[in-house]
Formats: sequence, C-alpha cells, structure tokens
Amino acid sequence: MNFGKQLKEGLITNNPVTVQLLGMCSTMAITTSITNGIGMGVSVMIILTLANIFIALLRKVIPDEVRIACFIVVIAGFVTMVDLSLQAFFPAIAKSLGVFIPLIVVNCIILGRAEAFASKNSVAASAVDGITQGLGYTAVLLVLCFVRELLGAGKLLGVQVMPSSYVPAGILVLPVGGFLCLGALIAAMQWALNKSKEKAAKAEGKEAAE
Amino acid sequence: MNGDYKALKLIASSNPHIRSNEDTRSLMLDVIIALCPAVAWSVYRFGFRALLAAAVSVASAVFWEWLYRKLLKKPQMFGDLSAAVTGLLLAMVCPVTLPYWMLVVGNFFAIVVVKQLYGGLGKNFMNPALAGRAALVACYASQMTTWIDPAAGWAPLSLKGVDVVTSATPLAMMKDNFAGLTEGYTVADMFLGNTGGSAGEVSALMLLIGGCYLIFRKVISWQIPVSYIGTVALLSLLFPNGNSAVSYMLYSIFGGGLMLGAFFMATDYVTSPVTKKGQLIFGVGCGLLTVFIRRFGSFPEGVCYSILLMNCTVWIIDRAVRPQRFGADKAKKEAAKK
Repeated sequence: MNFGKQLKEGLITNNPVTVQLLGMCSTMAITTSITNGIGMGVSVMIILTLANIFIALLRKVIPDEVRIACFIVVIAGFVTMVDLSLQAFFPAIAKSLGVFIPLIVVNCIILGRAEAFASKNSVAASAVDGITQGLGYTAVLLVLCFVRELLGAGKLLGVQVMPSSYVPAGILVLPVGGFLCLGALIAAMQWALNKSKEKAAKAEGKEAAE
Repeated sequence: MNGDYKALKLIASSNPHIRSNEDTRSLMLDVIIALCPAVAWSVYRFGFRALLAAAVSVASAVFWEWLYRKLLKKPQMFGDLSAAVTGLLLAMVCPVTLPYWMLVVGNFFAIVVVKQLYGGLGKNFMNPALAGRAALVACYASQMTTWIDPAAGWAPLSLKGVDVVTSATPLAMMKDNFAGLTEGYTVADMFLGNTGGSAGEVSALMLLIGGCYLIFRKVISWQIPVSYIGTVALLSLLFPNGNSAVSYMLYSIFGGGLMLGAFFMATDYVTSPVTKKGQLIFGVGCGLLTVFIRRFGSFPEGVCYSILLMNCTVWIIDRAVRPQRFGADKAKKEAAKK
C-alpha cells in the first residue's frame, strides 16, 4: 500500500472525473455553487470510503455472479445513512442538492471503484482508495464550482465578490455551462497529462542514450 | 506554321485543368459587400454606434481566430475573411445597445467553441454567428432583448447610440397585439426598416438588395432563401393571427431576422445541405420551425433557433437526397440490394 501514489492517482493521473470520466452527471448538475460542491464531495467521499471498506471485507464472501447487486445493496445502505444525516443536520445543503444525494447509489464512481479496486484489494488499501478517489472527485467539483459560481453568479460561497458592475454570464450556471466547463477542464487535464508523459518519455530516451 | 508545334510547351498536370478564381476569400468578400447596404442602414437608423459595434465584433472575431490558432500552433487562416464575416453577422443580430465586451464574449463562443474546437472552417456543424447569438441570449438575456426605438431620439452621428428608449419589436407585438402593430408601423415601415430590432435585421429592403447580389454573383443559390421565406409566407397566409391575412403575411416576412437569416445565415455552405433538393428541404424546415416558434414558442423570434436546429439535421438531409451516381440504374441497384 502506498498512500502517496494512491493520492496522486486519485487527484491527477487517475482522477475519477477527468481521467476515468465517471460520475459526470452529478458533476455537471450540482457544481453551481461552492456550498453544493463541498456537500456533494464530502458525501461521496464518506460513502465511497465506507462502501470500499465493506466491499473489501466481503469480497471473498460475495459470489461473482451477483456481485453488482451486492455492491449496490452495500452502497445503497450508506447512501441512505448519509442522506438522512444530511437532512437532519444540514437541511439547507440537503435541499439544494435534492435528488442528487439519493442518486449517489447509481453514481458510477462508487460502483466503478468497488468493481475495479475494492473487490480485489485489501481493506486498508480500499479505504485509502476511497479517500483519495473521493478527494479527486471533490477537487474537480470545487474547481468547477469556483469558475461557475464566480463567473456565472458573481459570488463565492454565496457572497458577492465581483464588483456590482459585473454582469454575470448566466449561461455558466445553466446545464450547458456545466458541459462547457467540464469539457474545458477535461481538455486541459489531458493536455497537461500528455505533456508530462512526453517529458517523461524524452527523459527516458536520454537516459537510454547515455 | 509547321514548325510551331515544336515551340509549344506541354504541361502535364492532373485535372481539373480549368480552375475558377473563386476561393474562400473572394466568396467571403462578396458576402461582406452584400451586407454593406444593411450595415449602412443600421448606421443611418441607430447611429454611429452600430458601425463601431460591427468593427469591434469583426476585430474580436479575427482576434480569437488568430489567438486560438497561434496557441495551438496551427497555420493562420484569418486572411480568408470567414472570421470577419462571422463577426459582422454576429454584430448584426444583436441589439445596437449591447455593450462591446459582450460582443467580444459572443465572438469567443462563435469562433473558439463553435468553429475552431470542431476543427475550424468547414468543420463546424452550426452557424457560428447564430450559435454566438444563442449563447449571448442564454448569458445576458436582458441586454439581448433591450430594443430601442430610434424614432424617439434619433441621432445618426451620436457615438453613444441613441438614448435607450425600450420598445417592443414588431415581432413581440405581432404575438399579442397585432392591431397595435399595424397602427404603429405600416408595411412600408417594415419593408424599409423604420422599426426597432437587431442592428442589421430591420431593413428588409437592404437585405433583399444584398441577397439578390449574392444570388446574382452565384455565391448562394436561390433554393434556401426562396423555400424558407416562401414557407413562412404561405403558413402565415393560411393561418393569420389578425383580420387581414395578406398584411399579416407581409408583416411576418418583413419582420424580425427572417431576411437576414434566409439570405445570409441559412445559406452558409458549411452548415447547409449540398444538393439543390436538400437545400429546398432545409429551407422548408427552417420556415416551419420559424413559424412554430413565433406562434407557439415563448420567444417572439424563431429564426435563430430554427436555423440552428436545421443545421443539426443537415447530415440526415444530405444522406436522404444523395444524388444518383451517373450511369447507375435505380432498378439494377435495387436488384443488387436483394
């Protein structure tokens, strides 16, 4: 188990949203304000970590033929817990996230990590995977929330930060703005990743030549 | 005479051997020339600011194209004037009072998002200028629907534009107050362009002059504009929203952006069907959608969205009306299929 490597994978090289392209629906739908982004990101991180731990624990018991159904049952249990807790302790966030909290049940990130990681790795590694992948998801949400709330509403965390003469670009808080921002972010990320890959390849080539 | 052939130089080259001098640049230049009457009218009607807005829009469109291709290290293409035409058209479908920086934003969307991200000239599936306008409406709805009635404070040389006196455009009135419209503006007003509206769309006459020039120069073919305007005319004649069907029809075709859209936007080579038959279908589709949006939609004007929607269907139309290959027999072909 290597926490640093997993963290780097979760945040950058194997980011759930910008590299694995999972969980796009909720990403585009709720990133209209930073409060939403934090609420959604933390919820997903908690559910992902708990689900990963339990699926890793049960991975030898679950029969292969019905594993997806079993994963969903485990995930749905944690989603219900988080959903009810949000409604009890943070009613405002629960209200603004609306249906997207229950929909975490079918969020591909959680099922994807259960299938690709937790069902094959140890409990500790799966727990770390849940945290790092959750952080990667939250980071993407926050970047998108920052851009969309700042330019689309002129606010940050609900507080007016742009000068009053600024005319908000309403398109950014519409769904189409979500598509545009996410597309731009994925493009930028892929560009940066390719660039660093090229660099690594060049460095390797040099070393080989020497 | 006999020895002459020895001096003759033979040039071996592959076909085509006869080339026309037409290129993108000359075609785009023709479009710009054809737009001149309408631009001149908008300056006469809305003041000097209309010209400045057009200049800012053209400059920003060219700038975005240059910047994108510079950053991505692609060959520069702005010399073909297609970006300039996009900028000019975008300025013409926006209200004169729109802040300059919004035009810059709209051009960013038109050139970078709609045109360059899909691969540049010839690869975009939507008309960039109209997509830019649609983005601006989604972004800045109130600024994009603030229309002025220049008659209230007419000042052709004013740099600031006319003092903003907002007024309902003829199309908005057509929807809920057709009788009021006919009192306010005569058919001649509509035809000449003595109404409120976007900078370049008010004068049907000036746009017709430009459109006829384009058809005469064979830059565009008649199929799209005629079928488009014809469909709108026929539908509004058959289903008028007022007492007189003929006057309702005339207000329908002279009002709003129909002339501008039919001659300059729907005929965009890249985003319209290739064959004549396909172009007729395309025009009729635009006309139907325009009438539907105007009559039943929540917006008073439907030209922009109807052309954008039809842009998305061009590949289906092109596939449906694929011309018969020369020499291919239909019966034989079907037999071969079986």
